[in-house]
Formats: sequence, structure tokens, C-alpha cells
Amino acid sequence: MDPRIIVVTSGKGGVGKTTTTANLAVALAKAGYKTAAVDGDIGLRNLDVVLGLENRIVFNLVDVVEGSCKLQKAMVRDKRVENLFLLPAAQTRTKDAVSSDQMLKLCDELRENFDITLIDSPAGIEQGFRNAAIGADEAIVVTTPEVSAVRDADRIIGMLESMSKSPIRLVLNRLRPAMVKSGDMIDVKDVLDILAIDLIGVIPDDTAVVVSTNKGEPLTLGDDSTAAKAFSNVARRILGEEVPLLDLDSPDQKGFFGFLRKALGL
Amino acid sequence: MNFLARLFQMIGKEKSKETAKKRLQLVLIHDRTDISPEMMENLRKDLIGVISNYLDIEEDKIELDFSKEERSVALVANIPVKNVKRRAERRAEPA
Ligand SMILES: Nc1ncnc2c1ncn2[C@@H]1O[C@H](COP(=O)(O)OP(=O)(O)O)[C@@H](O)[C@H]1O
Ligand SMILES: [Mg+2]
Repeated sequence: MDPRIIVVTSGKGGVGKTTTTANLAVALAKAGYKTAAVDGDIGLRNLDVVLGLENRIVFNLVDVVEGSCKLQKAMVRDKRVENLFLLPAAQTRTKDAVSSDQMLKLCDELRENFDITLIDSPAGIEQGFRNAAIGADEAIVVTTPEVSAVRDADRIIGMLESMSKSPIRLVLNRLRPAMVKSGDMIDVKDVLDILAIDLIGVIPDDTAVVVSTNKGEPLTLGDDSTAAKAFSNVARRILGEEVPLLDLDSPDQKGFFGFLRKALGL
Repeated sequence: MNFLARLFQMIGKEKSKETAKKRLQLVLIHDRTDISPEMMENLRKDLIGVISNYLDIEEDKIELDFSKEERSVALVANIPVKNVKRRAERRAEPA
């Protein structure tokens, strides 16, 4: 496989870019690909804590692009998963600390060293987003099923298209099947109708996500929640596997009561 | 509010997801084309000017709007014609 760089972006903030990046990076590394998770949110770094690697950071992305530290030295190796490396963002600098040219150069170097690089993008459509996207080949756009998030996703998709990213695929995050059913949440099909791009996965709204962030342990490390499975499926689709969408309609199928519910057809 | 009124309201009420979808579709058409209502009005006036050189049209019955398809948007104009001007007829003849 040729090395791939994928930017994870959204337009609107707080829709799940960092959560998605962390979970996909873990799943891809577990699948045997040497994976770099790059925090492109300079000044507001988050990917380190979501991955649970915040205590191991010495150098960061800005040190690398400024040449004060080699890439290999700045990459934090994850001890839980073979093949997984984090390039943290700088916390005490602003996004202006990095130029587009520096980002392009960094991406070339990442391509030489990793099978797959995921870049977690900041929210917005300005320089921070552009820097995160500029060196990427492909894009994953994350949105929630809400009017404002979908609108911003549309804007971002337009920009990614004009930057010739391909493929550009959608993760629909925080879907609540019960609300979809009662007609109070736009559904997968509605979002796809409106945005007209390819879907790469649907992630349910799941309390397991919050718990995993609390602990700094991405779900794809080995959780058995629906969200964990949904993220793993996205990773498999990135790798070209055809995986059907999860049936999120069914009620919680875990545990004895879930079993009972299923058995009784409830 | 009495029971019946409330019932009618519930039945008549569109699901919020439908409202969301319609609002999104509309707002995106404008986002994507980046055309303000004022520009639309100017476009309409200019169109009337150009077309009137060739056709007699019913200016107050012109419908001009965007229709969307996938990620592309088309400008659709419905312009009722009263009469074809002679000049236009001659132009339509084969040379
Ligand atoms: N599928 C989900 N279910 C529940 N909570 C989620 C889900 N995805 C994200 N969240 C929560 O939403 C918040 C924002 O997520 P984050 O990944 O930081 O978004 P972004 O990077 O786009 O700003 C976090 O508190 C996260 O735990
Ligand atoms: Mg983030």
C-alpha cells in the first residue's frame, strides 16, 4: 500500500474529530499498519489526552517543523499498541507558528515513515484547518446530525473539493437511533441526500465514549460497546474492506437484559 | 388550550427532523451559490431586459429560483411568453 495521509475535519467544533482520530488511529495500528496520529490543532492540543499519552510528551509538531527536533524523536510511541505513534501539537504556540510549506514538508516526511497518517484538524475554515488539510491526500469529514454541523460540513466539503482531496468521506457521529425513530433527528439518509458524499461510517451517541475519554483509553483498544465496533468498522472501510453498517436500531444488546430483550423481540 | 386543540396541533405538527431537513436544504442552496436576495432581484431585472429584446413576456409572472441536484445547483426560470416578436421569428428561420 502506498502511504496515505488522511485529514479528519469538520468545520464545526465539538462534533467528534479528535475522538474519531484517536479511535481510528488505534484500530489501524492494531490492524498492523504503522500509524501516525498527528494533532493539527496547534495551541489547543487534545489528541494526546484522548489517546492517554499526555504524560509522555517531550517534543511537538512545532519543534519538528522548526527543525529543532527530528520527527522520529518527537513521535510518542504508544506502549499499548504496536505501530501507533503520536505527533503532539504545541500547546503554548498559536496556529501561526506553522506555515503551509512547513506542513507540506512534514507530510512528506510522515509519508516516508508511516503507512497511514491521520491528522486531527482544528475547527473552522481558516489557516489552522488549511494547514491540517494541505498535505493530506484524503479527508474524513465528521458531522453530527444537527443543522449547524451539517451546514458547516457542507462548507468544509466544498473547500476540500477545491483542494482536490479524494476521497472525501463522511462520518456521521452521535446518532441517536431512538430520536431518529421518533422523527426528531435527521437520519443517515437525510444527511447523505443533503451532502451528497460517500459515507464511511455511523457512530452512535454512546456514554462509552465519555468514559473512554475520561480514562484516556480509546474504545478501539478493546471495548465491546457499539461505538467501539462502529469505529473499528470505519477503520476496516478505510483499509478497503466492505463492511455493512451496524444496525443501530436495536436496543442495547449487551448483558443479560439486552439478551432477554432480544430474545423476546423487544 | 383544550384537549382537541392540542390534539390537532400534534397531528398538524411536522416532525422536527423534516423541519431540519428543509431548513438545511434551503440554507445550503444559498451557501453554495453565495447569491443574496438583492443579487437575485438584479439578475431577474437583467434577464427581463435581455429576453424582452426577443420575446413579449409576462414580467410579473416570472418564476426564478434555484433547484438542487446532488451537489450542483441549477437556476430554473419559468418565463411565460405573451408573444413572439417578429425579429425573433426571423432569427429562428433556417439560414
Ligand atoms: N459518539 C459519541 N458519543 C458520545 N459522546 C461523544 C461522541 N463523540 C464525541 N463525543 C464527545 O463530544 C465531545 C467533543 O468531542 P471531540 O472529539 O473533542 O470533538 P472535536 O475534536 O470535533 O472538537 C467530547 O466530550 C466527546 O467525549
Ligand atoms: Mg478536537
